[in-house]
Amino acid sequence: MRVLDFDYMLGLVPILLRYLPLTLQMAAMGMALALVLACGLAVIRVLRIPGLNAATLLFISFFRGTPLLVQLFLFYYGLPQLLAFLTQINGITATIMGLTLHFSAYMAESIRAAIVGVDRSQTEAALSIGMTNGQLMRRVVLPQATRVAVPTLMNYFIDMIKATSLAFTLGVTELMGATQKEAAGSFLYFEAFITVAIFYWVIVELLAWFQRRLETRLNEAYRR
Amino acid sequence: MIKVQGLVKRFGGVAVLDGIDLAIEQGEIIVVIGPSGTGKSTLLRCLNFLERPDAGYLTIGDLAVDVTKASRADILEARRRTAFVFQNYALFANKTALENIAEGLIVVNRWPKEKAHARAREILERIGLTDKADAYPASLSGGQQQRVGIGRAMAAQAEVILFDEPTSSLDPEWVEEVLALMKQLAQERQTMLVVTHEMGFARDVADRVIFMEGGRIVEQGPPSRLFGDPQDPRTRDFLRKVLANQVSLDAT
Ligand SMILES: Nc1ncnc2c1ncn2[C@@H]1O[C@H](COP(=O)(O)OP(=O)(O)OP(=O)(O)O)[C@@H](O)[C@H]1O
Ligand SMILES: [Mg+2]
Repeated sequence: MRVLDFDYMLGLVPILLRYLPLTLQMAAMGMALALVLACGLAVIRVLRIPGLNAATLLFISFFRGTPLLVQLFLFYYGLPQLLAFLTQINGITATIMGLTLHFSAYMAESIRAAIVGVDRSQTEAALSIGMTNGQLMRRVVLPQATRVAVPTLMNYFIDMIKATSLAFTLGVTELMGATQKEAAGSFLYFEAFITVAIFYWVIVELLAWFQRRLETRLNEAYRR
Repeated sequence: MIKVQGLVKRFGGVAVLDGIDLAIEQGEIIVVIGPSGTGKSTLLRCLNFLERPDAGYLTIGDLAVDVTKASRADILEARRRTAFVFQNYALFANKTALENIAEGLIVVNRWPKEKAHARAREILERIGLTDKADAYPASLSGGQQQRVGIGRAMAAQAEVILFDEPTSSLDPEWVEEVLALMKQLAQERQTMLVVTHEMGFARDVADRVIFMEGGRIVEQGPPSRLFGDPQDPRTRDFLRKVLANQVSLDAT
């Protein structure tokens, strides 16, 4: 047993803070792209667009059925051997791409479930007053589906922030990569990794707090 | 004027509507009665194209369509000319009472928001819910929700309002206020086609009562005639059963 080196840990904080933006940027980019892709996939699934529906099912099955780490290695190390133009791909881009594809597969299913879960009577009421399909989606179904989907999507966002730590395996120096380097220099592995763990923990708790506030607001219309 | 000719609707080969002919004059109040599973809801839903009929002609004002050839535009137009009041209210859960009433005016009629809200407030006053303008459906009683549902139909200024058992989901304590609102509309000569089991309402308010069974109109006439002197044995049979467990006809 030895005592923790608190001074070292405190000294690590400003260093790690420099790498925080990259972690958050990768997560934010991944989330934004995944949301767009997931909405598209969900619509294909809801409308059962012929051809595309089968392709979407295959896509979802693959990206949910294989580990994220394997997918990242596949994009970063594997694909460039097949597709020459991808030799330019850097670790950050590959990470964002992997996070996007992986999480969009999960998110598509929760968005689809939220849309399908909106009561049929809501659609009929909208049709009965003469709304088009587009109008009833925008004004009635999607707002109600959002309320159902948002908590799940926020959970995926939290997962995604944690998953950005895998980027260090592609040589990206983000929060985790930086910690790894610091620890290797000082040999204070416990101090280094508990510090970075607290970093992720604080970010996640902040998001969870924001998530609760958001849910309260979204549920306003449904309180009895 | 609304005219239905030879309307047929099949579900899985079974003709749920088996050639319905019906003409509704402007300002007429028609009540449709009949046993369960007879096609009453289906008739209303076909007029609103919530179900696509399999055959027949439909005339609503100057819109005349062969239902099998109705285009998307025809269907939207037919829906704009008919308003629907649902048994389960079906208010937009994400919108306040005011917004529920204004929604069609804003989205379908493309009114500016202020104008639509002003009209919605007038309607809230007529349905006696001025103080609930900003309440969401979940916080309203069943009776209040259904009155908003009727308000939403009133806003559409449709040629006819179709009511599908508007009081059947309500706790007994809320039935009267909804019927009272419907009577008020009837007095204003709003054209109405009402499916209901409220025989008292039919007797007091309807110009004409239609008895349906097995997807057909069996018999129709003024309430005094249909209730007082039903011709068809099926009508007599149905009325005997219904009136036996409904005291409201004598009570009102
Ligand atoms: N979407 C549907 N698919 C298949 N069958 C249906 C559908 N809608 C209605 N039916 C059937 O059509 C028949 C008529 O139904 P409808 O709801 O019009 O009857 P109703 O007269 O309104 O009865 P109730 O008094 O119980 O409301 C019923 O046998 C019903 O099961
Ligand atoms: Mg019915």
